[in-house]
Amino acid sequence: MSSTPEPELDELYKDLILDHYRRPRNRRPVAEPKVVGEGFNPLCGDEIAVEVHFNGEVMADVGFEGRGCSLSQASASMMTEAVKGRTVAEARSLIDTFARMMTDPDFQPSDGLGDLEAFTGVAKYPVRVKCATLAWHALLDLLGRRGEAQEEG
Amino acid sequence: MFDVESIRKDFPILQRTVHGKPLVYLDNAATSQKPLAVIDALVEYYERYNANIHRGLHTLAEEATARYEEVREKVRRFINAPDKVSIIFTRNATESINLVAYAWGRTHIRAGDEIVLTVMEHHSNIVPWQVLAKETGAVLRFVDIDDEGRLRDDWRELIGEKTRLVALTQMSNALGTINPVREIANAAHRHGALVLVDGAQSVAHMPVDVQDLDCDFLAFSGHKMLGPTGVGVLYVRRSVLDDMTPFLTGGHMISKVTLEETTWNELPWRFEAGTPNIADVIAFGAAIDYLEGIGMDAVRRHDEALTTYALDVLSQIPNLKLYGPRDPSDRGCAISFNYGELHPHDLGTVLDSYGIAIRAGHHCAQPLMNRLGVPATARASLYVYNRREEIDVLAEGIQEAARFFGDVIDARTRA
Repeated sequence: MSSTPEPELDELYKDLILDHYRRPRNRRPVAEPKVVGEGFNPLCGDEIAVEVHFNGEVMADVGFEGRGCSLSQASASMMTEAVKGRTVAEARSLIDTFARMMTDPDFQPSDGLGDLEAFTGVAKYPVRVKCATLAWHALLDLLGRRGEAQEEG
Repeated sequence: MFDVESIRKDFPILQRTVHGKPLVYLDNAATSQKPLAVIDALVEYYERYNANIHRGLHTLAEEATARYEEVREKVRRFINAPDKVSIIFTRNATESINLVAYAWGRTHIRAGDEIVLTVMEHHSNIVPWQVLAKETGAVLRFVDIDDEGRLRDDWRELIGEKTRLVALTQMSNALGTINPVREIANAAHRHGALVLVDGAQSVAHMPVDVQDLDCDFLAFSGHKMLGPTGVGVLYVRRSVLDDMTPFLTGGHMISKVTLEETTWNELPWRFEAGTPNIADVIAFGAAIDYLEGIGMDAVRRHDEALTTYALDVLSQIPNLKLYGPRDPSDRGCAISFNYGELHPHDLGTVLDSYGIAIRAGHHCAQPLMNRLGVPATARASLYVYNRREEIDVLAEGIQEAARFFGDVIDARTRA
């Protein structure tokens, strides 16, 4: 047992994931006015809040706060980098792609995923999919709230 | 004579490997493994005398009915209930508690009445009472815990004239704490309140005597005590049973049905609507036989010795925080802990890669996690087939996980 960890573990915990866990990017509030979305993992009680400062349809600044395991924190960190500067439509498309990567065994990484490809290993750990998608659920919640606010406005 | 090695031979699953490593199963508070005698009882039922019970006039139905009802008697003896009609079979402990909330609570709890619970309860002993309180206008009061996870004495003040029910766990699934149920039951009864005991952990791990506890309800489940899933038990004090109206209605629980009205069947069948889980109840009987073969006093002694060893080994790991009482005589063998800033999910995944099965999460006790100020914990929980070597493997696994995440945790702790 004193040997190096199993290769499977390295496949799940890729260096990039550990790096974002170690030094989360954009873990900070964004400037007002902003929209906030929340994600909650009932399995472990982990919570993540995502914040976006919009410039029209563009997500001009993205931040997050919350607590959680390495996968949920790294995923949140990488997500903020991936969607910052993108339009709402682009973000929605990325959310779909990420969700497919988590659940579809035949998923082929496509262009535009960039660093997020580090999460391909999670599909082999079904109980950890909720961890890796927590921030994405928060972002989806955020986009829903923004839509409602626009309808009311 | 308690012999772990010979006990292990009775559990086929302990032969398997996980990720190429021998299985180290330490998730017994979630569910226990099953001895061959239990698996054989299931197979024998389906191969030899599968039939519906209490209605057929043929030989198979008579055999199945006799075996099913024998288990009711075994359960009665196991918890020393005075009367067999007090033993109701359900699907699990959760259903048993819900049955009380519906069949007794809805007719006995009124606006302003108080139900006393503890902050260490499993969700299954909180949510049914929240729902009932919302419907009736009753008030929930919670007994707090001290720093070691023992109940504070404030139950003495909380239990009073307005209390109608005290519902508490005898052994915490998250902290291991054993609660002074008999003393609390005495106080509750002095005020005319009834007492429900969640025995999901305790009945599996120590001798439990409902007359000694003087409880009015005891809920537990078979699958945590070597039996199959899908069997729960509700014990109800005989004098309380007549005050309860049926919870689920339909077939088997009736005496006479016309298009207009129905009279209920005798006790306890009045509370067992529809075809019950015949096969699993019968196999649960084999689990009780197995535990009685070991002796519940011996089970408790083994648990306590192994918990003593585990607490000793785990407390020597730097940065590891243990929750729950330190004195093994005060607690069962569900041991919750956290390693530094390492998230229990990450710890659980690393341990699994070494074949070690633990639970990581809130253990269906989110209010308790809030009280402890953590989102989740890792939990190792032991049983009759666990041995010291497995505690050593767990300790090594935790240290491997610490090495794997070491610099990451350090960086985050500094940040």
